[in-house]
Amino acid sequence: MLDFITQSFMQRALLAGVLVGFISSYLGVFIVQRRMSFMGDGLAHAAFGGVALALFLNTQPLWIAIPFTIIASLGITLVREKTNLGTDTSIGIIFAVSVALGIIFLSLKRSYTADAFAYLFGSILAVQTADLLITAGLAVITIATFFRFWSRWAYATFDNELAKTDRIRVTNDDYILNTLIAITIVVSVKIVGIILVAAFLVIPAAGARLLTNTFFKMTVISIILGIVSSIIGLWMSYIFDLPSGATIILVQAFFFFISMFYKKIFSG
Amino acid sequence: MPLFPYFSYFYFFQLIKFLSWAFIMEPIIVEIENLSLKYLKYTALSGLNLSIPRGSFVSIVGPNGAGKTTLIKLILGIENPTEGSVKVLGKNPQFLSPFEIGYVPQIKTLDRSFPAIPLELVFTGMTARWAGAFQKKKMEDVMNALNQVGVLSLAKNHLNSLSGGELQRVYLARALIRKPKLLVLDEPAMGIDWVAEKDIHKIIDEYKAVSGASVIMVTHDWESAYHHADFVLMLNRSKICFDKPETAFKEECISKTFGHVGHQHKFIMSGERHDA
Repeated sequence: MLDFITQSFMQRALLAGVLVGFISSYLGVFIVQRRMSFMGDGLAHAAFGGVALALFLNTQPLWIAIPFTIIASLGITLVREKTNLGTDTSIGIIFAVSVALGIIFLSLKRSYTADAFAYLFGSILAVQTADLLITAGLAVITIATFFRFWSRWAYATFDNELAKTDRIRVTNDDYILNTLIAITIVVSVKIVGIILVAAFLVIPAAGARLLTNTFFKMTVISIILGIVSSIIGLWMSYIFDLPSGATIILVQAFFFFISMFYKKIFSG
Repeated sequence: MPLFPYFSYFYFFQLIKFLSWAFIMEPIIVEIENLSLKYLKYTALSGLNLSIPRGSFVSIVGPNGAGKTTLIKLILGIENPTEGSVKVLGKNPQFLSPFEIGYVPQIKTLDRSFPAIPLELVFTGMTARWAGAFQKKKMEDVMNALNQVGVLSLAKNHLNSLSGGELQRVYLARALIRKPKLLVLDEPAMGIDWVAEKDIHKIIDEYKAVSGASVIMVTHDWESAYHHADFVLMLNRSKICFDKPETAFKEECISKTFGHVGHQHKFIMSGERHDA
């Protein structure tokens, strides 16, 4: 039953799943509380545009996709600030433009585009050591931000202006958070795929939100749910021969629904 | 034979006197000179001059869009003036320690979906950061602050479950735990019942009497401004009147500020002013 751990590709997948589960469910608490869930989805699709451009230019996808996604996130802010349109509409526009650009880049390439589809649906079982190192580096940066920024991001999430009166540099901190989210999305896209990355950023945090009444506990529970879902999801996908990314999401959703009915179940 | 000639002592005492005036006994808590704030073509405030004496209770009254909350933001140092200057406790408020001002925001700005308990919110009053874990010694102070405003029993309830009045008390505990020299409140009476409002005023008046702190309160409630404030600022993009309540609430000031006198005026002026 546990023989899947002995397979080296599975060990890499497990490590990648745990790391992505940790990073995205940690950042997810800010995404959920700041009502940025659609932003995660929009940026994941922007990353698709970046990956397609990199494939067209025959270069390493990450180095093109990261700046492309950051520019897309700035584009969303720009459209919102220069017009009276809401954030959801700005995201909708940039999202569509990025996907359209991605499709055009891929059509111009005219050669085999299987790589692009790997990015659409993720390829956690084909994770390379280089991807693992990048994800581990991102995890280290994320842990470092926890000690320096968690209390400031949390305060600004609770009340932006109250945080400003306490001399927190909210705008600078937001740029750092949004950049970290954009990088996380690009790195996660390779592993879990564009379609599923938004779920990683939303479902564990949303489940955690239902289980507690403090933001710190929400953060801890979200991280635990993110990591545990990745491990169980991978194990189940191995046992039942199911697509790994989708199985992980279903496990996350299972925990979310348990959280929804938690009070009814455990308080009779 | 003194160690130094007489005049050295004289100048030394003069220096001490000057320092105590400048840093401890500054008679003016908020000094505003020729203040203007513009957002592109929109003028929020223009040509405002104001001196608020230390230890006084000032109510800011004016119609919607008069620049009341903007003025509060300038005093708190979270907005920059386009022209002119603001000094709070003799300094540019942006360089003032957050612990010198106790701020009670409008409760309508609260995101009720955020998972938080009163204990955490009052803790921000001590640390100016959102706390993940609580230190035991600080925890005692937080509990005392919650007790002082009468909501200790709610310390671990979800903020979402609190009524407007209870929430306002929690914010007040957060402000008072800093033992601020200046207490700034933005419409504390909004969304709370009459009894809760009276209780909040009682807490503010008691703190002011004990600490000698100054209070600035934006309000739409003329009655509380009339009864509790030492001075009333009638504001509509600039200063219309700044005077004692009996003078500020005269027809001339009200009609200049609001464009008409309204029926609230007669009701307020008919009551005896009970000194704060």
